[in-house]
Amino acid sequence: MEEIVNLFHGFAVVVQPFNLLLMVIGILLGVMIGVLPGLGGANGVAILLPLTFSMSPTSAIIMLSCIYWGALFGGAITSILFNIPGEPWSVATTFDGHPMAQQGRAGEALTAAFTSSFVGALFAVIVITLVAPLVAKFALQFGPAEKFAVFFLAFCSFIGMGKEPPFKTVAAMMIGFALAAVGMDSVTGQLRLTFGFTEMLNGFDFLIAVIGLFGIGEILLTMEEGLAFRGRAAGINLKVVIQTWKELPRYWMTSIRSCLIGCWMGISPAGATPASFMSYGIAKRTSKRGDNFGKGEIEGVIAPETAAHAAGTAALLPMLSLGVPGSPTAAVLLGGLLIWGLQPGPLLFVEQKEFVWGLIASMYVGNLVGLIVVLTCVPLFAAILRVPFSIIAPNILVLCAIGAYSVHNSAFDVVLMLVFGVIGYLMKKCNYPMAPLVLAIVLGDRAEEAFRQSLLGSQGSLSVFWSNGLVGTIMALGLIALFWGLISEGWARAKALLPRSAL
Amino acid sequence: MSDISPGHSGGPSQRTMEIGVCVATAVFGAIVIIGSLKVGIGWGSEGPKSGFFPFCVGLMIILSSVMNLLQAWPSDRRSRFADWGQLRQVMSVLVPTAIYVVAIPYIGIYVASVALIGSFMRWLGHYRWPLTAAIAIGVPIAVYLMFEKFFLVPLPKGPLEEFLNL
Repeated sequence: MEEIVNLFHGFAVVVQPFNLLLMVIGILLGVMIGVLPGLGGANGVAILLPLTFSMSPTSAIIMLSCIYWGALFGGAITSILFNIPGEPWSVATTFDGHPMAQQGRAGEALTAAFTSSFVGALFAVIVITLVAPLVAKFALQFGPAEKFAVFFLAFCSFIGMGKEPPFKTVAAMMIGFALAAVGMDSVTGQLRLTFGFTEMLNGFDFLIAVIGLFGIGEILLTMEEGLAFRGRAAGINLKVVIQTWKELPRYWMTSIRSCLIGCWMGISPAGATPASFMSYGIAKRTSKRGDNFGKGEIEGVIAPETAAHAAGTAALLPMLSLGVPGSPTAAVLLGGLLIWGLQPGPLLFVEQKEFVWGLIASMYVGNLVGLIVVLTCVPLFAAILRVPFSIIAPNILVLCAIGAYSVHNSAFDVVLMLVFGVIGYLMKKCNYPMAPLVLAIVLGDRAEEAFRQSLLGSQGSLSVFWSNGLVGTIMALGLIALFWGLISEGWARAKALLPRSAL
Repeated sequence: MSDISPGHSGGPSQRTMEIGVCVATAVFGAIVIIGSLKVGIGWGSEGPKSGFFPFCVGLMIILSSVMNLLQAWPSDRRSRFADWGQLRQVMSVLVPTAIYVVAIPYIGIYVASVALIGSFMRWLGHYRWPLTAAIAIGVPIAVYLMFEKFFLVPLPKGPLEEFLNL
């Protein structure tokens, strides 16, 4: 097996002392990002991305992906101890995690959360190891029409499967595409939509948008809610950990099911948040102790955490093999690839073997390192959480400004970041999703290029998107995803009608 | 923002804000369409012209804005977006941050950060001067060491840094 050999080469790269150090730094930064309000996976990685400009791409991606794992782990800490989900995907963890902490079983809940996170991620990494090279090999045959069809599928899934109103998703997404189009046209080199402003020649950088929308917007929201922390003490020691570990294998069925849900939702760009809710819901329905859910049931912590971590990890599969990220954070990592001069997509597996397998190997090692770090450092992170928001907020604002400035060394970008922050606040309050906007800014140019090249090949006829079985299938899947809401609603109605007519 | 329902502490209604956002997205869509028309939306020597794709995008923005508007119009007039007290909280972050952002090119990011963190902690958090000063000065110094010395990322500097020859 060529892949196994490559993977072991990857491990050799990853376990170099410098890379291991970056890994620990990344996990620590990531957990802090996950724990602090106003900093999330996407904007945390975006702020710290400029730090990696001087590193080799492999070291850089190791550190950034570890920040991502750290953020995934960190969300559980705030949910369980403070009943505040640090990340949207850990909302479901609060349902049973916080009651457990109130009963004095915080250590147990945290151990269960971290361990299931690890299991979920491990499962997803194994899926990536086995499936990603095959997908990439398959995708190498793609022409421009197929490439556009894949983008079409990704964006349609957002519209059809998101929980926000579909037209709000469309509006947010299209605004992202429009922002991506500003500046130089990547096909003809012509300037467009700049309206004579020199600041807009280079277009809008998605990193600025991410930092503004997610970072500043989140701070404004938190200020509005007037957040006060009232947390539980976290006692976690080896005895509790081992005791909980002994108990966990009993819930193997929940774990496997949550892993599968997570992987599926992560690969289709639905993301970690719906995955965690869905997994929690199904666990509640199928568990023997389902009535106890919400009152501090350990299974209610295992299910959402496993699914969220599996989804968060699986989101990297389409990013690596197709160049289509499955989540905003994966989109930021993809943007990082572009900055380091790598072309994301199937060719990565051929041209940048060392990089790809280094990344995959770092997922294995990073999650293991992460598990150890979070289990040992919980009291430290809980202490960070007790720092009042009026101290944290200005420091996060400063960090956001530094991150925004250092992307292009431009002070105008900092102003832009604040504008995006206000937009993000309004969008969030009016229930517009931000992930499709960010994804559209990242992928806009490439989606447009694929679209125009396909049309050029077909002399302007849209039939090129149905010209062969492959592209037709992907487009059809896209349409199904697009109208998924209508289809499932119709299905539910039909099911409700049938028994009545049978009576 | 005239929809203040009687009997409550007041604030703009969710409906007003929703409609406002729809109008804003529609205006944005119109700007995109105008910009696209300027560069041409037809068929050029290299396939569709530069304006073609953004033109379609602009049309979709206007279409979805209209749909969102139709959905927001009949919604409940009484549910509030936020009350004035909450919005004042938001402004108390937004205004200092706006000043901070504008000041960065002139006085550098470090001095501006000291001022932002310091004023925030002193006037919003009501902390004593020693703690305020320690964090307001300590954090920028830590940032300086981490970014400029360890990761070699230059940040904007002002007259003070020039004077100190950093």
